[in-house]
Amino acid sequence: MGQAGRTTRAGNGIAGRLPVALAGALFAVFAALIPQIAEGHILMLALDWVPALGISLSLRIDGLSLTFALLISGIGTLVLLYSNSYLAGHPHYPRFALFLTAFLLSMLGLVLADDLIVLFVFWELTTVTSYLLIGFSHENATSRRAALQALFVTGAGGLAFLAGLILLGAAAGTFEISAILARGEAIRGHALYLPILGLILAGAFTKSAQVPFHFWLPNAMAAPTPVSAFLHSATMVKAGIYLLARLHPALSGTGTWLWALTIAGAATAVFASVMALRQTDLKLALAYTTLMALGTLTLFLGQSSAYALTAFVTFLIVHSLYKAALFLVVGCVDHATGTREAEVLGGLGRAMPVTALAAAVAAMSMAGFPPFLGFIGKELKYAGALAVASEPALVAGAVLLANALMLAVAGVVAFRPFWRPAAGALPRTPHEAPWPMLAGPVVLAALGAVFGLAPGLLQGALVDPVVEGFLGTEAEAKQLALWAGVNLPLILSLATFVLGLALYAAHRPLRAALIRLDAATPGMDAGWDGFIDALRALAAWQTGLLQSGVLRRYLFITFATVLLGLGGTIVARGVWAAPEGLAGVSWKQAALVALILAGAALAVITRSRIAAVAGLGVTGIGVALVFIVFGAPDVAITQLLVETLVVVLVAVAMLRLPRLGPRRRRPADAALAIGVGAAVSATLLAVLLAPLDRRVTAFFEATSWPEAHGRNIVNVILVDFRALDTFGEIAVVLIAALSAYALLRGTAGRGEK
Amino acid sequence: MSWILSLPLIIPFATAIAAFALRDRAAGRWISVAGSAMLLGTAALLMARAMRHGVIAAQMGGWPAPFGITLVADLLSAAMVGITAIIALAVSIYALADIGGRLERLGYHALFNLLIGGVNGAFLTGDLFNLYVWFEVMLIASFGLLILGGRKEQIDGGVKYVTLNLISTVLFLSGIGLLYGMTGTLNMADLSRAVETVENHGLLSVVAMMFMVAFGVKAALFPLFFWLPAAYHTPAFSVSAVFAGLLTKVGVYALIRMFTLVFDHDTGLTHTILLWVAGLTMITGVLGAAAQSDIRKILSFHIVSQIGYMVLGLALLSPLALAGAVFYLIHHIAVKANLFLIAGVAQRLTGHTELARIGGLYKSAPLLAVLFLIPAFSLAGFPPLSGFWAKYILVKAALDIEGWLIAGLALLVGLLTIYSMTKIWAQAFWAPHPEGIAPALSRIAPGARAALLLPVAGLAGLTVLIGLMPQPLLALAEAAAAQLLDPTPYVAAVLGGAP
Repeated sequence: MGQAGRTTRAGNGIAGRLPVALAGALFAVFAALIPQIAEGHILMLALDWVPALGISLSLRIDGLSLTFALLISGIGTLVLLYSNSYLAGHPHYPRFALFLTAFLLSMLGLVLADDLIVLFVFWELTTVTSYLLIGFSHENATSRRAALQALFVTGAGGLAFLAGLILLGAAAGTFEISAILARGEAIRGHALYLPILGLILAGAFTKSAQVPFHFWLPNAMAAPTPVSAFLHSATMVKAGIYLLARLHPALSGTGTWLWALTIAGAATAVFASVMALRQTDLKLALAYTTLMALGTLTLFLGQSSAYALTAFVTFLIVHSLYKAALFLVVGCVDHATGTREAEVLGGLGRAMPVTALAAAVAAMSMAGFPPFLGFIGKELKYAGALAVASEPALVAGAVLLANALMLAVAGVVAFRPFWRPAAGALPRTPHEAPWPMLAGPVVLAALGAVFGLAPGLLQGALVDPVVEGFLGTEAEAKQLALWAGVNLPLILSLATFVLGLALYAAHRPLRAALIRLDAATPGMDAGWDGFIDALRALAAWQTGLLQSGVLRRYLFITFATVLLGLGGTIVARGVWAAPEGLAGVSWKQAALVALILAGAALAVITRSRIAAVAGLGVTGIGVALVFIVFGAPDVAITQLLVETLVVVLVAVAMLRLPRLGPRRRRPADAALAIGVGAAVSATLLAVLLAPLDRRVTAFFEATSWPEAHGRNIVNVILVDFRALDTFGEIAVVLIAALSAYALLRGTAGRGEK
Repeated sequence: MSWILSLPLIIPFATAIAAFALRDRAAGRWISVAGSAMLLGTAALLMARAMRHGVIAAQMGGWPAPFGITLVADLLSAAMVGITAIIALAVSIYALADIGGRLERLGYHALFNLLIGGVNGAFLTGDLFNLYVWFEVMLIASFGLLILGGRKEQIDGGVKYVTLNLISTVLFLSGIGLLYGMTGTLNMADLSRAVETVENHGLLSVVAMMFMVAFGVKAALFPLFFWLPAAYHTPAFSVSAVFAGLLTKVGVYALIRMFTLVFDHDTGLTHTILLWVAGLTMITGVLGAAAQSDIRKILSFHIVSQIGYMVLGLALLSPLALAGAVFYLIHHIAVKANLFLIAGVAQRLTGHTELARIGGLYKSAPLLAVLFLIPAFSLAGFPPLSGFWAKYILVKAALDIEGWLIAGLALLVGLLTIYSMTKIWAQAFWAPHPEGIAPALSRIAPGARAALLLPVAGLAGLTVLIGLMPQPLLALAEAAAAQLLDPTPYVAAVLGGAP
């Protein structure tokens, strides 16, 4: 589905061109800001948004955010241009362009935000838009699964991140990032520093796919290739890296920060570069190299030395350039040949010379050969690794292994398909890609070469301001240079070339071995399925337990809750009143109680419906007699009438009901009923101990005749003092009649719609 | 000022009578729309007055409080009446296309307006027994709507609904009797003062528990929510939308009102219980949703889950938390009613609401897809939609008082909400229809399409608007919370200089 529109003739019209123009214009705006930022200015803009929560819509452009903004808008422009050809004529292109543009804008918002909550808003927007992009081939179940996985993993991290941000905001006393960066000392000393760090890292690591949260990223390859290029080079996964970099001045410098980032970064880098060699799908191989790069970037962010941070910035730019270029190259290859399989592809150099050249240049930068920017990046990485405070050998070793594997993968992706003969026939005869699809790879690869030859351009414009931002104004970034003299990093570089070329030479048998190893070890991706299944099972079990569909069980639980609530509070609060005045109970009253109890008992025990109704009737009449005894004959008359009517009507209705089955004894039900009754009675008795405040009754007695002109107080209450109640109750009766009418007529006419 | 408080009752009741008289004609349904529109206008005026004058009160029949019945509107009441009117208007427009002639002849529009009248009465009354009366009006009107049409599963759901709700009614009535016995008054403002002179605090707590269980059933709290998932997926879509939006929220409103105004003597017990119940309600509801495969059943369980959030705000009882509860109430009503309305459109287009049997909406009905995504992602708490702020405020309120566990739970439930919303999205929208139907919106006649989509779009727009500009609603919620936490103006407005 991703390549549904293979012809380039059918254009996408305005929906194709407008986003390119927008992204290009944004890039131009950011590029125009470079001189100001290079001079060390920081641009700020703030608008009120939710003052009640202390949240303002504020932006901050400094070296770090400008670097990201340039990468996002620049690569975004090229990717949108590329997509317009890649998905030419796709019926859903307008949606695609909308999502991709929204994604681009969200990313920009994320890196420009100067308010933690605003940052989070854009953070989540990238999650949502990437969900829609990964699931673009929506009729494909794999795409849907990958989209959910990405959403769920990054969404879970996002929620932890939110908690972390709230706590960070509380610890710093503000959500304004600029202010927070200045309060690093206080934050690191705060009692909640560790939870804050843990929660924020959870957000950053899931977003940046650090081991063990890495598994969603290769699956996100279900998205169309330009999306992958964008997601992997400048956006989405870089959001986590950006976050770590952004908060570096506030949070870094502690042992926990150092080790959490170093371990996660190193593990991710090595694991991913091994996995990259295992892949035969070029796009997947690149996906794993992205993980490797993310791991390396995280690793360097763990440090605070100028070397490490210079290495971070430089490699960030290097990686964005070559990774976007190579993904777009793979897209061209796929587009032209119909396959991305390394085992199948070959001999494309002649048919696709421009693509091949761009691929070669980008891959040289990726492999770290001079004179490309990647070489400088690699040198700095070694210098940075050797400068780490503890265990430099371990860090340098991890970086060396990852770099060598990277070189091998660069060969697999960008050399073999073009310059080695194909193993067999390709699905389609290859042809060169159209210019909009070449623009991206060529421009990005060329930039890698230009910056390599003239690193000063990059240094002054972006690297220095970023490193200054990390370290404060006194410190300086380390020099970016192709030739830094014969030193340990250079020797390590040479070792990388030797090891990398050896790995490339042996990559096919190695790959076969890795595939076997991978198949034999359980992966996180399978764990995902297990997790979802477990979640469903838990949900089904719980729901079966609670929402059983049996009314009797619902009633039991409801009454049990009543008993627990009343009984528990009676016990907990010691509410117990011995009933007073039992001695004053006359034989008449006792007899009435006995009558009421007997009626209730009959209703409960009997197996005949009619007898049960009669039992209830006895109870009702008993209550009416109570009213008579205590001097309320009018109420008693009403009660008698109601009881009689109910018994008659219910009895008539029951004649039409089927006979009751044999009744089972249910001791639990009996105990519950007695318990609830006892709790309510105990409460009632306790209430009766205190005298009634008669001020309302006194008012009724005093005003009934003189002001309301009625001698019967009950009547006056009903029609005047509390007429609104009576109105409501009349409404209830009418609505009941209306419902009954509807039910009778409705069921009679059942079947028609 | 009395008319502005009684109009939200008079209008729906008058509309109901007219709609019933004209139930055989097309005019009946338009009367329903006109009545709802008038109600919305009145609600706007009421809101404006409440914002300008603070708490406003009117003594019915001219009898001074606490002897007669008082109608009273503070900001919470006014806001609830306002959102009720919005939902009433949206649903009555939707019903133009959704409710067929048969249900209209059976009195749908009359029952609908009576329900709205009952809901408004519950929000506006300042008298505990009168609140009980409005609960009865609502219960019986909703029962009538629930079984309207008389299909078997409707009757089955209706029986569970009415049985369990009657327990609530009886408990509520008993609680009223006991509270009256202790204080000698039914006026809520008067009660607020009277309970302070009650010496037996423990006994007051016992009575409070009675109210908590009674309202807990109405609000569908754990473990009292059974009636809701049993019933909400059975009636017409208009009916389930108005139920989903309003019914449980009356229970939540009653809880908020009583447990700030009257029962605030023993918060260590009552509000701690509420906190636990809120957590359990959130998690059991969302897990219940995860187990379902029918759109309306998923949405029903989510109501339960989200009631937990609102009660959480009440349980934490800080100004921010209460504001969060009020904000959540308003947001939730708009979003949840809308999702049920959308489920109705989806059912029309694809023939079902069972996820396994539908699909293809994203491809064929992109407008509906957008209209679904907005409330669905708002419900799941994604920014910049209303649900994000609702969740954010409550989580922040919980973290502010170091309620780590409950804050974590609220976030976890948010994640699981995402899971169910994307389940609907992936199946009903992304996946192709199993029978190959292309469910385009053009399958619905233009007039009906407008009637169905207009309210959906309006409510979605409201969600986006609140999301992008949360400040006005938040300011309202904060002011409402301040009134709840300090009932002096409420009491003064109701009782004036009365003894």
